[in-house]
Amino acid sequence: MFDAATRAVEAAIGAGARYADARVMHSRYESMTAQNGDVEDLSQRDTVGVGVRALVGSSWGFFAVPDLDAAAVRRAGERATEIARASALVPGADIDLVGTDVRQDSWASACQEDPLSLSLSDKGDLLVGVTATMRAAGVPLASALYQIWDTEKWFVSSEGHRIDQRIRECGAGMHCMTYGEGSTQRRSYPSFRGQYGTAGWELVRSIDLPAHAERIAAEAIELLTAPVCPAGSTDLILGGEQMSLQIHESVGHAVELDRILGWEAGYAGTSWLDLSKLGTLRYGSDLMTVTADPTLPGALGSFGYDDEGTPAAANDIVRDGMWVGVLAGRDSASMAGLDYAGAVRADGYARIPMVRMTNVGLLPGPDSLESMISATDDGIFMEHNRSWSIDDKRRNFQFGCEIGWEVKNGTRGRLLRNPTYTGIGPDFWASMDMLAGEPERRFWGTPNCGKGQPGQTGHTGHPAMPARFRGVRVGVRG
Amino acid sequence: MTRLEDTAARVLELVAAANRSADAAVTVSRESLALTRFAESFIHQNVADESDRVVLQVHVDGRTASAATNRTSPEALSALVSSCLTAAAQSSVDTRWAGLTPPMGVHSSGNWDESTAVAAPDARATAVRSFVDAAAGLSCAGYCQTMSVEAAFANSAGQAATGRSTQASMDAIARTGRSDGAARTAAIAVSDVDGAALGAAAAAKARAGEVQVDLEPGRYEVVLEPGAVSDLVAGLLWQGMNGKAVAEDRSFVKVGEQQFDPAVSLWDDSTDGRATGLPFDAEGTPKRRLDLVTDGVTTGIPHDRRTAAACGTETTGHAVEGGERWGALPADVRLGPGSVCDSVAETTEDLVLDVERGLLVSDFWYTRALDPKTLVYTGLTRNGVWLIEDGRLGAAVSTLRFTQSYVDALQPGAVLGVSRSTESSPRAIAPAAGGLSSLVVPSLRLASWNITGGAAG
Repeated sequence: MFDAATRAVEAAIGAGARYADARVMHSRYESMTAQNGDVEDLSQRDTVGVGVRALVGSSWGFFAVPDLDAAAVRRAGERATEIARASALVPGADIDLVGTDVRQDSWASACQEDPLSLSLSDKGDLLVGVTATMRAAGVPLASALYQIWDTEKWFVSSEGHRIDQRIRECGAGMHCMTYGEGSTQRRSYPSFRGQYGTAGWELVRSIDLPAHAERIAAEAIELLTAPVCPAGSTDLILGGEQMSLQIHESVGHAVELDRILGWEAGYAGTSWLDLSKLGTLRYGSDLMTVTADPTLPGALGSFGYDDEGTPAAANDIVRDGMWVGVLAGRDSASMAGLDYAGAVRADGYARIPMVRMTNVGLLPGPDSLESMISATDDGIFMEHNRSWSIDDKRRNFQFGCEIGWEVKNGTRGRLLRNPTYTGIGPDFWASMDMLAGEPERRFWGTPNCGKGQPGQTGHTGHPAMPARFRGVRVGVRG
Repeated sequence: MTRLEDTAARVLELVAAANRSADAAVTVSRESLALTRFAESFIHQNVADESDRVVLQVHVDGRTASAATNRTSPEALSALVSSCLTAAAQSSVDTRWAGLTPPMGVHSSGNWDESTAVAAPDARATAVRSFVDAAAGLSCAGYCQTMSVEAAFANSAGQAATGRSTQASMDAIARTGRSDGAARTAAIAVSDVDGAALGAAAAAKARAGEVQVDLEPGRYEVVLEPGAVSDLVAGLLWQGMNGKAVAEDRSFVKVGEQQFDPAVSLWDDSTDGRATGLPFDAEGTPKRRLDLVTDGVTTGIPHDRRTAAACGTETTGHAVEGGERWGALPADVRLGPGSVCDSVAETTEDLVLDVERGLLVSDFWYTRALDPKTLVYTGLTRNGVWLIEDGRLGAAVSTLRFTQSYVDALQPGAVLGVSRSTESSPRAIAPAAGGLSSLVVPSLRLASWNITGGAAG
């Protein structure tokens, strides 16, 4: 595989590129869904190919093919350079690349129980069983899902990189729905789209779906007759899973350097952050320290090297409430005058690598969910995301959760249905006055982060734990 | 026999050789995609890829499995068949299997433009150059894309079909620093993508939006431009006009009821001249026109074989890859005035003339459903909002958040005008993308839209 990548790079350089790299990838994917006690869908996918990136002037050219024979990969390298050269019709300033360690290495994620080697019937029995349990508990629609990715990459660059990696990821989840007059209710476990990590099937065993099936079914039924979340301003406690999405949307995307530079303005959007304020802008309260750390064992955004060959390393993004870092690639870092990259990945051989979140999450605080509830006289506790929306600068957000609880005089009270909250990112984060500690920190995985044109789906991780925010607008309805 | 048809036949032979009683369906496609992306008025990413794709579904001894590969060598096809049969054998009994599509003719070959299929990077870069030049000094960002798909379907029941399609598109913004203006188009042929016209239109909108005022939340009459209408229609389709959602009782759809204003009709037609979808679905069923809403009455639901069986009806030819999970989805959708509509205007500007006080909205952004049955969505405006007073455009308005039921927005009495002019928005056309491959919509004048917040929260 290294030979194919090397030929492609040599061809791109021979055609006139001043830098080129190539990734040969072999990707295997398996997914199963079950519904109401039956397997609904079983799909497997196996793809191989090479993607070549060539730099000419101000533009990347990229070409990808599934054929790995010598002639095909050389032609792919030449096509990448030809495509980059065509960009000269609409040129910008030459793009440079920030320096990186040039390594020849091999890396693999930890995996105790190979998920693709387990029998399909065992995996299917798990999903069928939990959906049957939820159905028997009285819900009309019960669904469960697992997904497995097994990815091998061979990366070669014209600077001398030669790195192979094998990353195995998997996860699972379940949800149920109930229907009432004019509304539907939904409950999920352990997250609204499941929990995922760079791990083997041991991750799925650890979340123990069967132990939670009856509970979420009962909650979905109870929500149908629960009072609607009141509208107004109140203290808001968010569970860890919802916090992971809050971080993803209002911190992770906002600190992507390509967005800040305007390179994503046409689609994903830009950012409310101004590079000139890096190091001096207050992002949130003193409790807020966010890192981007692709070295976290088992988290979904972990790897040995990113798709530019930069070794995985942790960066501070927000330290004690101050904005101090970004997610960058070698080109965007150079453009911004920064000296670090390491956050560039592609979702397959056929897509160009771009800035993606790694594991962007909070460092733990001094509190606990229990202490937050005890310390709250009048508020709402919300958990498990149901809807998410944020503007193209990543400031104005509105999120809906599956379930809420009234908090009165330090006690968790009655259920509330259709809870929503809205706010402006920096104001919201500035209002965070309690944050749970290490015992409640989880590395939540997001397997479906969309970005780029053509569209790419990224895998990101988000260390998160419960937190409390003061004076938040809740209960927005149509 | 083409190479794609030959590959499909070989896969069926391999399945039959391994298990003569297996039902099998295979789609073989050749896809190419090239996209030239620009930002800050220069091309920064210029990409292309070409790939084959073989998708096989087998049903054997009451069990079903699917598998896909991008390799077509004899060894790869043998491995595909072997793994798919093994997966099916280990799977549980498929109680929802609805059988293979029987032999039937396919009467269209799809809409294809050869120059688009072979478009060189220079053609896309030239369109980008024209856009940037026409924006006359404004910062520009967006893309120009060309793509093609050729596909062959075959199943062990004897159905076979081939088709191909192309799409060229451009979707970009011009930016003043305080405001953005957008313009977009999608067509069969790259020669129909006019970068200069789009750049001029985007720049004009951006300049008209530079000075913005904040607006109090509340209900406003609105004129939605095609970009915003596309989002509204896509929300109705994805969440509700889907045979699986209907079968599972999580859709708002009630066939035969006047759910929408008589001023609008909605239909799916992969046989018309602007369609970029293939002429057959993922199960090999030929596409034909399906009326979804006629003069405001819900008249049709997209079905594949499974959802049709669950609802006691026939497939409408709307199977998508992975449809067991996602359901049946329309492909080439058009919204237009109903036959009894007496409020048709030629253009968006003509719709504005009749508004005493309201808003003109270009695009919606990041819209998400709060509830799949009421179809209450929240989202934001993007690329321009303007106040309308006494039929004239007034001040530009800063970004707004809304929380609004998409069904209620179009309910009887809510549609006050429909433009004759339409816009085709770019969509994915590869079979793996599933769902919409083209969406053509007009501007709409609606009686009420619920604004729940502004840029400041």
